[in-house]
Amino acid sequence: MPSERMLMRGAHVVGEAAVRAGCRCYFGYPITPQNELPEYLSSRLAEVGGTFIQAESEVASINMVIGASAAGARVMTSSSSPGISLKQEGISYLCGQELPAVIVNMMRGGPGLGNIAPSQADYFQATRGGGHGDYRLPVLAPSGCQELAELTFLAFELADTYRNPVMLVGDGLMGQMMEPVVFPDPIDPKDLPPKDWILDGCKGRPPRAIYSLFLEPPVLYQHNLHLQGKYDRIAAKEVRFEHYQTEGAEVVVVAYGTASRIAKGAVNRLRREGLPVGLFRPITLWPFPKEALRQMAQNGIKIAVFELSLGQLVEDVILTVGARSEIYFHGIPGGPIPTPAEVEDYIRSVMSGDGRVGRRVEV
Amino acid sequence: MSQAAMKRIYSMPESLKDTSNHYCPGCGHSVVHRILAEVLDEMGLRERTIGVAPVGCAVLAYNYFNFDMVEAPHGRALAVATGIKRVQPDKLVLTYQGDGDLAAIGTAETIHAANRGEKISTVFINNAIYGMTGGQMAPTTIEGLWSTTTPGGRDLDRDGYPIDISRMLAVCPRTVYIERCAITSPKNIRRAKRAIRKSFEIQMKGLGFSLVEILSPCPTNWKMSPKEAWMWIEKVLERTYPLGVIKDLTESGDGG
Repeated sequence: MPSERMLMRGAHVVGEAAVRAGCRCYFGYPITPQNELPEYLSSRLAEVGGTFIQAESEVASINMVIGASAAGARVMTSSSSPGISLKQEGISYLCGQELPAVIVNMMRGGPGLGNIAPSQADYFQATRGGGHGDYRLPVLAPSGCQELAELTFLAFELADTYRNPVMLVGDGLMGQMMEPVVFPDPIDPKDLPPKDWILDGCKGRPPRAIYSLFLEPPVLYQHNLHLQGKYDRIAAKEVRFEHYQTEGAEVVVVAYGTASRIAKGAVNRLRREGLPVGLFRPITLWPFPKEALRQMAQNGIKIAVFELSLGQLVEDVILTVGARSEIYFHGIPGGPIPTPAEVEDYIRSVMSGDGRVGRRVEV
Repeated sequence: MSQAAMKRIYSMPESLKDTSNHYCPGCGHSVVHRILAEVLDEMGLRERTIGVAPVGCAVLAYNYFNFDMVEAPHGRALAVATGIKRVQPDKLVLTYQGDGDLAAIGTAETIHAANRGEKISTVFINNAIYGMTGGQMAPTTIEGLWSTTTPGGRDLDRDGYPIDISRMLAVCPRTVYIERCAITSPKNIRRAKRAIRKSFEIQMKGLGFSLVEILSPCPTNWKMSPKEAWMWIEKVLERTYPLGVIKDLTESGDGG
């Protein structure tokens, strides 16, 4: 049965949802602004007989994830931007070794140590693969507590289905906000389908080896084609997005996560005035919702990209939309949180073409 | 003598795959693989073992060991092993690591896994050189030893001192047993095998972390014949890394 309606903080929602999704292992290293998540799990996992380790580094924690995943567990780690950079080697290995895992990035301002304010500047790192090699991983971008819960469940499901790591991206605002949430039915790890590839001792079967070293070029070639086939299947089947007031809209804001919440407020204000504006919200950043956005762009609308970074999401929009629609861009770096009024101003500016806020992107 | 009376005195351990390996002539890995496999056979643990291969010459160990294995990123074997052991606490979890893996890039993972007292066994191959990459200086390269990156021999001012990671780990309260062995003679090989067995017994009793360091020849990168390499371990390498039990809490009764 789904849970009762509860008022919870975003970071705690992810932790609770993970446990209810059958996650019994967490490995992490403290970094702001995501500490409430490991703090929550340090006691919650103990209640259900799970494993919580505060590792000596982000590098160690992602490698503990590799081990726990290879041993068959639903496993999670979390961090924030600089720490996620440190995990990239391990994420590449998870992809190469086809190991499921959930990685949470509560993004903060960068580059370098940056600050702890909300940011979306890790979009490239998340969607293009911050580590080495040809690999992809699904990237889920919730925009509120209910979605944090649901997408945490989905992240574990996708990870196991495709034997691939999955990343959930938020930021400090998402982690700190408190909203009512209803959790999906809890999953007992014992009820999950058995995995026929894990390492649990070779009793009654030939030994298994999990590795990503393929010294023979034709073998690595085939391994990469195999992985690519999987990524193609994910891209075909796992796209998620939200249309909000896009019916009849002349200007459609494209934004995700925290930026989309702010944009939704602006769209609501303008719709009350009777202006034809809407919001298109990618929920999966990879695979990017290309088809849905392209269909909308064919109607000759103006696309107004809004992101808390300086031109990352807009690249996927350009790649998708091309010259079909006019594309505008407005990005906020470094952590100041814009108000709906500022986004409203941006949308008005796009609508009138006065160029006051944001800029037209030449394709 | 009838067929029935014949006694089998030597055969391939079941814990090794019947295949040829890529190790150089005179390399110590094949000897250590063999005695490790023999111990698992003797203890009946092959089907309950999960091994972690390092990055280095033993990266392909999963092609030779006949039990479940995973390959860890360079230096992270003990972090990977930690994840495995916490999920499968009833299995024998072992890491097999070289000096660069365990005592340079993976130093933090090594120390913290040992200090957490993870119930894991580590077989640490110390050949004082980077083998797989072609003979560069290792953290354990001794003073004056030539390598491709210490062309005048290891200079303590320029390159720092060789690290004695086993003695460092002995300081951690939850390391139960640490012994340094060599495989330079049948006697020493038997001793190394006993040490590996003891390490596995400690793990299966749930006592804590243990490590067996094995001084192992690398004739290729030392530019020696196999025989010269064994002699060099006994005459030179053991002066920096003396053989023997470095720590044993099972003797003092503190291990339980």
